[in-house]
Amino acid sequence: MTHSDTTPKRTPFSKYHEALGAKMVDFVGFYMPVQYKGITSEHLAVRQNVGLFDLSHMGEFEVTGKDALAFLQKTTTNNVATLEVGKIQYSCMPYPEGGIVDDLLVYRLADRFFLVVNASNIEKDFNWLKSHLFGDAKLVDRSDEFGLLAIQGPNAQKVMAEITSHDLEHMGYYTNAIGKVAGVELLFSRTGYTGEDGFELYIPPQHCDKLWKAVTDAGKKYGMEFIGLGARDSLRLEMKMALYGNDIDQTTTPVEAGLSWIVDFEKDFIGKPIMVKQRDEKPTRRLVCLEMEGKVFPRHGYDIYDQGKVVGKVTSGTFSPSLQKPIAMGYVPLDKSKIGATVNVAIRDKQYPAVVVKPPFYKSASHR
Amino acid sequence: MKVLANLKYTKEHEWVKVDGSTATVGITDFAQGELGDIVFIELPEIGLEVKQMGKFGTIEAVKAVSDMYSPLSGKIVAINSALDSDPMIVNKDPYGEGWMVKLQITDPSELNKLLDAKAYEGLLKEH
Repeated sequence: MTHSDTTPKRTPFSKYHEALGAKMVDFVGFYMPVQYKGITSEHLAVRQNVGLFDLSHMGEFEVTGKDALAFLQKTTTNNVATLEVGKIQYSCMPYPEGGIVDDLLVYRLADRFFLVVNASNIEKDFNWLKSHLFGDAKLVDRSDEFGLLAIQGPNAQKVMAEITSHDLEHMGYYTNAIGKVAGVELLFSRTGYTGEDGFELYIPPQHCDKLWKAVTDAGKKYGMEFIGLGARDSLRLEMKMALYGNDIDQTTTPVEAGLSWIVDFEKDFIGKPIMVKQRDEKPTRRLVCLEMEGKVFPRHGYDIYDQGKVVGKVTSGTFSPSLQKPIAMGYVPLDKSKIGATVNVAIRDKQYPAVVVKPPFYKSASHR
Repeated sequence: MKVLANLKYTKEHEWVKVDGSTATVGITDFAQGELGDIVFIELPEIGLEVKQMGKFGTIEAVKAVSDMYSPLSGKIVAINSALDSDPMIVNKDPYGEGWMVKLQITDPSELNKLLDAKAYEGLLKEH
């Protein structure tokens, strides 16, 4: 997927990243910071203290109407009926063949559902959902109507408490609220893609400058660092959180990807029959966590071998800043997917042993 | 992006500094910036003979992996073993403490095939 033929879209915060000297890239059509000081130090700042991310590239849709719930029950795998107002659930949109259109967050607000989807999939998701609308359900793309800032790390609540009087102490993980932050009424949630405690703020464009100043001023007191997409990737990988386009896509099912926990097999939804079949008969492959020794590490697309034959591919890999060892995710045949199983990963011209480990890689994250 | 006037450069973003018959080789500030945090550097054995633009090592960085090519032909006479325990020295000081290898060079005329600072800066502008 290249967007080099068009100028990438600037976020409300791009100017601040430039002023901070961030290395900027065109990420799926958005002008985003990949790193400020360095991926490793940014990664560790989020694990040990607190960091600030610009995630304005993410897509946001709103679903309203009497049939909104029924529509989302049909088009997503998790059970939206059990989702109370003020709560959030991780879910995915499946194809009839069982593959994944996208993974997403579903927020339930008092009068509507709010969906957060991957930046790379905004148009595809919108068209997909739109083609499945029925009855009194209305879908609106609000992606251009929010700047999104994420404050992530064990000290995230301290930073947030400087700019809101909302009761954060009793705000649970994966819940949302509409309240005043830095004097501006906005939607925020206790969510993230790092494994750490954290908040995500959905900010109307006209208030983005004000919120940037308020959040960064509040962060100064706690030594908050600016975090780019590079560290975002290694942070999520240490938690075995899937990245669409790497670990999951149209060719992988939630059952294969270890996402059965977000599939409610009791309800009816698109793609259910094939997922039920896979659950009952076991899938032929599974997404596993692989740990290795040494310094040479695997990357997306590298081959996984067993007894001299290619049996799968690495979907994500890095040198874990927290564990100080190579880590990867990849699909392996069912008989190689048990904890403790060993395979080989080809890194350029050599094969290196890798062992299947229990997720997540990083076990001391602060999320609550 | 720092480019030093007294060095010669390859199109693959290595630099070389010649002192008599010895050449010191490293990667440029641009290269370290593109690679991001370096995790591991595979350097050759002392005594290895390399041809001009022959591969002499590999850099494993967070964002990418990259081979290194020798700006000149010669024999490896020293490697920077400090990089083994702290490869990010290259991120901090690519033209100084972050040097990679020293070569006993065999053909000084090969320098003419390399880029001077001005030509290298021109190459970077295309990025």
